[in-house]
Amino acid sequence: MKVAIVRYNAGNIHSVVHALKRLGVEAVLTDDSAELGSADKVIFPGVGEASTTMKYLKEHNLDKIITGLRQPVLGICLGQQLMCSHSEEGDADCLGIFDVPVLKFQPERHEDKVPHMGWNTIEAVDRSLFKGFDKPEFVYFVHSFYVPVCEWTAAETRYILPFSASLHKDNFYATQFHPEKSGAIGERILQNFLDI
Amino acid sequence: MLAKRIIPCLDICNGRTVKGTNFVNLRDAGDPVELGKLYSQQGADELVFLDITASFEGRKTFTELVERIASEISIPFTVGGGIHELCDVERLLKAGADKVSVNSAALKRPELIDEIALNFGSQVCVVAIDGKQTPDGWRCFLNGGRVPTDRMLFEWAHEANERGAGEILFTSMDHDGVKQGYANDALEKLSNELSIPVIASGGAGAKEHFRDAFLLGNADAALAASVFHFGEIPIPELKQYLRGLNIPIR
Repeated sequence: MKVAIVRYNAGNIHSVVHALKRLGVEAVLTDDSAELGSADKVIFPGVGEASTTMKYLKEHNLDKIITGLRQPVLGICLGQQLMCSHSEEGDADCLGIFDVPVLKFQPERHEDKVPHMGWNTIEAVDRSLFKGFDKPEFVYFVHSFYVPVCEWTAAETRYILPFSASLHKDNFYATQFHPEKSGAIGERILQNFLDI
Repeated sequence: MLAKRIIPCLDICNGRTVKGTNFVNLRDAGDPVELGKLYSQQGADELVFLDITASFEGRKTFTELVERIASEISIPFTVGGGIHELCDVERLLKAGADKVSVNSAALKRPELIDEIALNFGSQVCVVAIDGKQTPDGWRCFLNGGRVPTDRMLFEWAHEANERGAGEILFTSMDHDGVKQGYANDALEKLSNELSIPVIASGGAGAKEHFRDAFLLGNADAALAASVFHFGEIPIPELKQYLRGLNIPIR
C-alpha cells in the first residue's frame, strides 16, 4: 500500500511519519500532484495558522490537488480545519470539502482555558475511523479553533460546547485530535484509516 | 471531559537517565526511551525529558535522543534544559519534540517567550518557574533554587502568560524532594489567575498529594519523578485511585 503525506509548511508532519512506521507503513512525504494522485491513501496533517497555510497551499496549487483526490484522505488537526469552508483564524477561506465554518473557542468560565489541550473523550457517531469503539475513548487534542457539530460529524467531543472531533464525507475523513500522539487508541484509528 | 494529566519527568545526562530507577523488568532502565515507553504503556499522559548535560557534545547526544523518543513513543513529550535561543527550540522541535520548556533563559530575556509563540505557536511553549517562599512572598529562583532573582512568582507567571506561554510548569523549591505534597496554595492562585494550564511540580510523595494538587491546587497536570522511577507509586494504581475520587483521568 502506498501512503502519501501532503508536504507543506506545517509543523509536526514527522510525527505522522513515525506513527505510520510503527504500524509498518513507510509513507512518502510529497507535494507532487502525480505522487499524491497515485497513492492509495493520503494524509493531510498539520499544526500551524490557517490563513498562512491556505496561502501556501494556493501558491503551490495544493488546494486543487487535495480537493480533487478520489482515494481516502485523512486530515489531522489543522488539516481538518482547512477542509472546512472558512476559518475565523486569520479570516481564511478554506478548501470547502465540508461546508461548515471553523470558529474560535470562547471561554465561558475561568476553567475554560484556550487552547483546549490534553486528553479528552470522543464519542463516535460514524464508525469508519472508529471501528470497534464501543465506549468513549481518550485522545490527545491541542487547538484553539473548532468545527461545530454538523451533518458530517463522525465523532463528538465536549469542551466548552460539543464540537466535531472528527468529520467524514465520501472519501474525506478528518480528526481534530492527533491520532499520531494518542497512544494505542490513536494507532487503532490510524490502522482503521489504512484499512478503509 | 478533559482529563487531568499525570506526567513523569526524566532527567537526562549524556543521553542516559540519571537518578537510579528500580524497574527490575526493564532491560536497560538507563535508556530514556525504554523508560518512557514503559511509562506510556502504564498510562502516563505526557512525558518530560530534562537535559542536565552542560557540554556541547551532550547537547548533540540529547538531540539524537529526542529523535529516538519521537520515533518510538506515541504520546506527547516536552523537552527542556539548555534552551537559550530560538535556534535551540527549532532544533528540538525538528527532532520531534512536541513542546519545549524554558526556564532561566526566559527569565533573563522574556522576549524569548514571544519569539517561540510567534514562530511555533503557544502550544509548544512551556514556561518552567522555580519558586521559593521568601519574607516578601514567592520569588523566582535560578539554578535549581540556589540563585534568587528580582522577579516575583505571580507577576512573572502573568507576564509569561501574556507573552504567549502555552503552559506554566511551577516547581516549589521548598516542596521539591521533601515528599510532603505540592505547594497547593500557590498552585491554586496560579490556576485561578492565569488563562493557561498549570502543571504542578515538586513534592509528590503519596497518591493523596496528586489528589490535593488537582482538588486544592486546581492544577491541570501533576509532574513527578522519583515516586515513579522507584516504583513507589505505580501509575495505573495512582490513576485508579484518582478515578475513584471522580477526578477526570484518562
